Amino acid sequence: MATVIERVTKVVVDRLGVDESEVKAEASFREDLGADSLDVVELVMELEDEFDMEISDEDAEKIATVGDAISYIEGKIS
Amino acid sequence: MGKLNGKTAVVTGASRGIGRAIALQLAAEGANVVVNYSGSEQKAAEVVEEIQNLGVQAVAVQANISEAESVQQLMNAALEQFGSIDILVNNAGITRDNLLMRMKEEEWDDVMNTNLKGVFLCTKAVTRQMMKQRAGRIINISSIVGVMGNAGQANYVAAKAGVIGLTKTSAKELASRNILVNAIAPGFITTEMTDALTEDLKNAMLAQIPLAKLGQPEDIAKAVVFLASDDANYITGQTIHIDGGMYM
Ligand SMILES: NC(=O)c1ccc[n+]([C@@H]2O[C@H](COP(=O)([O-])OP(=O)(O)OC[C@H]3O[C@@H](n4cnc5c(N)ncnc54)[C@H](OP(=O)(O)O)[C@@H]3O)[C@@H](O)[C@H]2O)c1
Repeated sequence: MATVIERVTKVVVDRLGVDESEVKAEASFREDLGADSLDVVELVMELEDEFDMEISDEDAEKIATVGDAISYIEGKIS
Repeated sequence: MGKLNGKTAVVTGASRGIGRAIALQLAAEGANVVVNYSGSEQKAAEVVEEIQNLGVQAVAVQANISEAESVQQLMNAALEQFGSIDILVNNAGITRDNLLMRMKEEEWDDVMNTNLKGVFLCTKAVTRQMMKQRAGRIINISSIVGVMGNAGQANYVAAKAGVIGLTKTSAKELASRNILVNAIAPGFITTEMTDALTEDLKNAMLAQIPLAKLGQPEDIAKAVVFLASDDANYITGQTIHIDGGMYM
């Protein structure tokens, strides 16, 4: 079973077409990974599907970096 | 072969009038249709039967488009039944006419909630699915009065003008995901609403229409089919005026 980090990384790589090495915890989706605001919305949608959870609009707005996404998901599933 | 074979369409307010004609015309081009209604269960069931007679599938789903939860249930039902939503037609609308000076806050709110907020809620609820599909068509039914203004309809006119602004903004936000959003602004169309007008009022109306006749619901429905089809692949953010030349 892949870890949360691995699964998030895969979603980010697939969605944003970036190299796996760029997907670091501190990387900002918009500033470092070239995502526009709609890309971030889609990314959150795919994370919801991947982890079978609902992420409210309020929570989604706080997810700006790869690390934000990972800690949010870990907090929810643990 | 229809132009919309295998597509799924959700038409709000499809139990009567223009929405009914839109649902039937989409079905005639091969689309499966979700027939939304608010109170007219029997009429919606009749539309479903007519569509099934055309050899495609249809379901009637009750939902109040001015409530987010109800809208979500509508779209969930559509997805459960057909697995995709390719076309959304925001058609449902109401009037609560009154002079500005006499208009009650409630009349303003009711019309805004159904005619403008309803379009927002339905659009928001389908974009998730359409973004995933990387394809979708949204067609909003505005009105000629949203462009020209009309005494006695401040609430309705403001909502219908709002729909045109919402159409342009959704078109810009969603274009990169191949979701095309357009509006249709009908003029005077023969429905129960216009049937109720007096002969004098009708004649006064006709005098303003270059083609000198009322439109038929099918005139609107055929333009919806066009905007929903591959023929309209390069059209987004537009408002098509279908009014016998009344607004130019
Ligand atoms: N007729 C015209 O000349 C004309 C001109 C310009 C624009 N338009 C626009 O065209 C659209 C259709 O008009 P129409 O003349 O066909 O109207 P209509 O005959 O009065 O039908 C209205 C439809 O909307 C549904 N509806 C109303 N409120 C709803 C709600 N809260 N949730 C869900 N459904 C709701 C009704 O369902 P129930 O049957 O269950 O009540 C009905 O199916 C409207 O947006 C209208 O503003 C019409």
